[in-house]
Amino acid sequence: MTQSGIRDGSGDTEEHGLLVPVFDDDGAPFFAYAARGELRVQTCAGCAEPRFPPRPCCPHCQSFESEWIRTSGRGRIWSYVVPHPPLLPAYAAQAPYNVILVELVDAPRIRLVGNLVAAADAALDSVDPARIRINAPVRAVFHQAADGVVVVRWVLERP
Amino acid sequence: MGATLKDATAIAGIGQTPFAKRLPESEKALACRAILAALDDAGIAPSEVDAFASYTMEETDEVEVAKAIGAGDVTFFSKVGYGGGGSCATVAHLAAAIATGQASVGVAWRSRKRGSGPRPWTNTRAQLPTPAQWTRPYGLLRPADEIGLLARRYMHEYGATRDHFFNVALACRNRANQNPAAMMYERPLTREMYMTARWISEPLCLFDNCLETDGALACVIVSAERARDCRRPPVYIHSVAQGLPAQHHGMVNYWNDDPLTGPAWTAARQLWKTADFGAQDVDVAQIYDAFTPLIPLSLEGYGFCTRGEGAAFTEGGALEIGGRLPLNTGGGGLSEAYVHGFNLITEGVRQLRGTSTAQVPDAATCLVTAGEGVPTSALLLRS
Repeated sequence: MTQSGIRDGSGDTEEHGLLVPVFDDDGAPFFAYAARGELRVQTCAGCAEPRFPPRPCCPHCQSFESEWIRTSGRGRIWSYVVPHPPLLPAYAAQAPYNVILVELVDAPRIRLVGNLVAAADAALDSVDPARIRINAPVRAVFHQAADGVVVVRWVLERP
Repeated sequence: MGATLKDATAIAGIGQTPFAKRLPESEKALACRAILAALDDAGIAPSEVDAFASYTMEETDEVEVAKAIGAGDVTFFSKVGYGGGGSCATVAHLAAAIATGQASVGVAWRSRKRGSGPRPWTNTRAQLPTPAQWTRPYGLLRPADEIGLLARRYMHEYGATRDHFFNVALACRNRANQNPAAMMYERPLTREMYMTARWISEPLCLFDNCLETDGALACVIVSAERARDCRRPPVYIHSVAQGLPAQHHGMVNYWNDDPLTGPAWTAARQLWKTADFGAQDVDVAQIYDAFTPLIPLSLEGYGFCTRGEGAAFTEGGALEIGGRLPLNTGGGGLSEAYVHGFNLITEGVRQLRGTSTAQVPDAATCLVTAGEGVPTSALLLRS
């Protein structure tokens, strides 16, 4: 279903039934770099403004040229929620879990939705929600969600 | 400055079905009942209808509705996107069409079986890459989760508390307790019930979320001149606006400089620019309330208070009858019915006719808004 034909993806799930990203042409490089353990952000080759989510041209200077700049993978929690059921079954099984929004230290207006976990492959509920604080420093880790698909997750800098 | 929409058209009829968790009839049948009731209220024959407007996620299209109710030749039809953000835009589009001579009798409607039908977020097969690739795999699945992230940040930045969200839930529930058509008519809410309710997505509990409803509503829009000859007192469409802010991302508006400045701010600028009065002159407000935090955000966006003061605005009974700004006087999406906000439009009409079940004395001006947090729309109505 994607324009690039990389993944059909409709209803794709992880081994445990979590949804796997269905990415489009613009998002594909993000996941390709994540698979190499790199957190990169699409950045205009003309005016050097980073942008997220990825898109074909720069909203500042309209250039269609972009490059993917590697970041340090460090961020701060901008906000978070703790979802409870009703949820999709695989998520309900791990609820209550956390979803955090991380602002990147290297690019403050770039914010990524993810999970705060005890380790890259740990469960979504592996960190006690009572320990989550806005502005807490976090670091990107990389979790293989499915064959060829790696998602970015987050661990506390000071666990 | 060319033609103006100001008071050029009016809402001449409103209609609705019952609201319930489950209604036996189809979405199409409910739509037809609401539309025919609205036309009867206006005293206008279905064969005179020549314009339609609806919004997504509407499953019943104008071809089906027009042929079922016996409409005439239709010369204007539009469908607005973005779910609850489109409610007021249906009226805005018809007002523009009628004011510019493209049609003469317009019907806007909403029919939905969100009470007995599937919850949209449970659909994993229709998962679109953007923005879902950046959010859903992490368990940010439901609108409550998406708005919850903004709500938590709002609490952090401005000291908003759960008591402020409770003030919103309580005002809507109190009005529903006065409205026999409301799903929560006989179900009072207490602070203890709110504070001990189950979580949906912390910081949002059950009572921060709107209802799930089967039902349909409609309204009829004609020229101001024609409206004066109809059965009911005309409710004039004074000002209209849609709002899609620069660098806005929909429900997951996390990727611009200031995610807490949503579409309300954009719609408000346009709305007030073309109005003869301002926020301080609004007698009663019907503000889209899919989730309680949307109310303080919208109070700021539409200019009832300044940035960061929306939560404090709700204190001291401000949203109750007799308060600074009586809110959602039929009970709103939180306690009357959640039909993507269309019941806010019909309640605005009732207030200005003087026929609400929670009537604000001498109400002459009403703000109605569509979904905040998505590309939105708004109306200023006056009697």
